[in-house]
Amino acid sequence: MKTIRFWGTRGSIPVALTVEGLRRKLVAALRGASGRRFGSDAEIEAYVDGLAFRDGATFGGHTSCVEIVTGGPDFVICDLGTGVRPFGQAALARSSGPQTYHVFLSHVHWDHIMGLPFFTPAYIPGNRVVIYGGHPHLEAALRRQQEQPSFPVDFDTFRADISFVLLEPGRWHDVAGMRVLLKLQRHAGDSYGFRFESQGKSVVYSTDSEHDLGNRRETDAFVEFFRGADVVIFDAMYSLADAISVKADWGHSSNIAGVELCHGAGVKHLCMFHHEPAFDDASIEHVLADTRRYEEICRTGEPMKVTAAYDGMEIDL
Amino acid sequence: MHCPTRVYADVVVAAADGRIDFGGAQELEDAMASAIAAESGTRGLVVDMSKVDYISSVGLRSLMVAAKALRARKAVIAVAALKPVVAEIFEISRFHHVVDVRHTVREAIAAISPQALAAWDREHPAEAG
Repeated sequence: MKTIRFWGTRGSIPVALTVEGLRRKLVAALRGASGRRFGSDAEIEAYVDGLAFRDGATFGGHTSCVEIVTGGPDFVICDLGTGVRPFGQAALARSSGPQTYHVFLSHVHWDHIMGLPFFTPAYIPGNRVVIYGGHPHLEAALRRQQEQPSFPVDFDTFRADISFVLLEPGRWHDVAGMRVLLKLQRHAGDSYGFRFESQGKSVVYSTDSEHDLGNRRETDAFVEFFRGADVVIFDAMYSLADAISVKADWGHSSNIAGVELCHGAGVKHLCMFHHEPAFDDASIEHVLADTRRYEEICRTGEPMKVTAAYDGMEIDL
Repeated sequence: MHCPTRVYADVVVAAADGRIDFGGAQELEDAMASAIAAESGTRGLVVDMSKVDYISSVGLRSLMVAAKALRARKAVIAVAALKPVVAEIFEISRFHHVVDVRHTVREAIAAISPQALAAWDREHPAEAG
């Protein structure tokens, strides 16, 4: 594995930067530029690159889709949220001729599958799309979302060779030059986390997973699943207070649980994912700063890197 | 983790200490549950955090369990006298939005019951000022 590339990082429903949100960024950027003189485009770009993330960028609004660049000939992605549409366009631009796409589906809630009807490679004859997961109903769910009257383009319109592979949790599977392990997670209708290992690197994709903090056995099992990972992509949608009070049993987790589990497992990099759709960029950036501080408070060994994923972000492994 | 409790009229004060993580959380939860069960007429529980150095998610969860048990009896929970780092953890976890956080035990008691405040002040006249 060489790189993780994020195409969709938002939880539950896609969102977009609003006019008001964009205006706030422009005002902040111009306020910061007040009195400055820019002699070239390079100086302007350097100024923009130096802005706070909330002013000069955005976390984006596509739902879950994460690419794992293996270094091999095939494409590998996790989930088919709306981020799979731009991924598909980029994949077509990067390649020529028939390709194989390996797709690991955490579960089939809408935000994790709604991008498939807009995934152009699935319409191209000669391509292969292999969809893996722990649920026996993957194909039924994907066909259903494209049935009339919900969607005008039937699943059978796809011209790629699309197949489904049911993976057993708790044992290793070999896919696209990687070892892959599934873990059952606490979420309505169940979800599965995936641990990928190859070339001495390990990445865990664990989204839509609620953690029962009082259950020592369950906590220990997740620590083992995360053990020593280079990167853990973690559902940090809620604050801890929300996750165990008003949003208990909603199937999601918190930044606090992420830090504690990853610390316990000796993880090198915690990447927060599945951001709350009600949060703007400043809110997510605030959560990130809080999470880094909490990591510092509970740290007992080496510092752990903490980031918040954004659409377009890449992590080199 | 030790958590002795003391009753002031209709308010229970529990004094936690040390690190409230997996081990300490269960002790805290048990102590709070026993105190709530023993005092049927209680209007509230105040957790004195002045000797607590750290509280993890599972410790915060214990406070939530106690808060729910108290709410079912129309009683409330408050935490008081947090060290700065523990206060930070409450803010980072947003627990300060779901549990009443007070500067002192006296202030927490005062917000719950005048009778309990009077009982507290009789034992701590210097604080009553």
